[in-house]
Amino acid sequence: MLIEDNKRAAHRALEDRILNGEGRASPEQRARAFGNAGLAPPLDGLLGKVATRPAQVTDADFAAARAAGVTEDELFELVICAAVGQSARLYDAGLAALADAVAAEEDG
Amino acid sequence: MRLDVLNRGYSPGTKLLFAFIRLVTRQPVPDAAKLVFYRPDFYGSRAKEFTHEAMRGPSTWSVADRELMAAYVSQANECAFCIGAHSATARQAYQDGPMVAAVLADLESAPISGGLRATLRMLGKLTREGKVGAEDMREVLSAGVSREQVEDALAVCAAFNTTNRLADAFGFEVLSPEGFEAGAKFLLKRGYR
Repeated sequence: MLIEDNKRAAHRALEDRILNGEGRASPEQRARAFGNAGLAPPLDGLLGKVATRPAQVTDADFAAARAAGVTEDELFELVICAAVGQSARLYDAGLAALADAVAAEEDG
Repeated sequence: MRLDVLNRGYSPGTKLLFAFIRLVTRQPVPDAAKLVFYRPDFYGSRAKEFTHEAMRGPSTWSVADRELMAAYVSQANECAFCIGAHSATARQAYQDGPMVAAVLADLESAPISGGLRATLRMLGKLTREGKVGAEDMREVLSAGVSREQVEDALAVCAAFNTTNRLADAFGFEVLSPEGFEAGAKFLLKRGYR
């Protein structure tokens, strides 16, 4: 098993806090935002953009979420979860590809 | 910013700190700085710890190289605030504005080492497409980049993919050129903690 470097461990600590620590949004809702999966409208629109097309987020996306009764502090948390979740997937995909490349080099 | 709590939801002590920063820098407090002071136990404290480790922690990449990676990832995400902030920081760190501009204009013809170029190419692909394969990593390794350097570059990539998303979603206000230069000076002196 690989030993995690300090940087990955520091990222893991951030992921763990936003998913499992105290929050205004429920842990289930934070996990859905983090995974960009299983979100209901209108949050799926806003948080889907945060994950995959962040430059296209608009005031209207926030207005729709507020109109559905989502509070400012819940939005603060859920947007962070969506952003960190996407980064965690990129980070893991990069490290996995690196491990594959190094393993192939060692075999060859 | 798009959330009122991020514009106004700070304690008296934090408001005093913001006033002090404005006084010393003669610039508005960047929204990136404000964000990490809002309910820091939820995000700011650990985010600062991770970003500082990625950008200033032990690595055989220079601080300047890592700031250039931050600018390059921000460009792949089309994040105006972060491109401004980290291209200014990379320019100051390298003391070479034309080189940073050349990388952001055309990576393939920019006057940088083959290893740094291959690393930036891989980070751009990962950021834009959401995935990379072993072949992409083999190209980086065969350009003379070590495994640890790839890991360190991936940490920078993760830090800025998050910051870019928060900047665009919360609507960070783009600063004046003087504001970005003042922010860059601060980041090179103090880091991200």
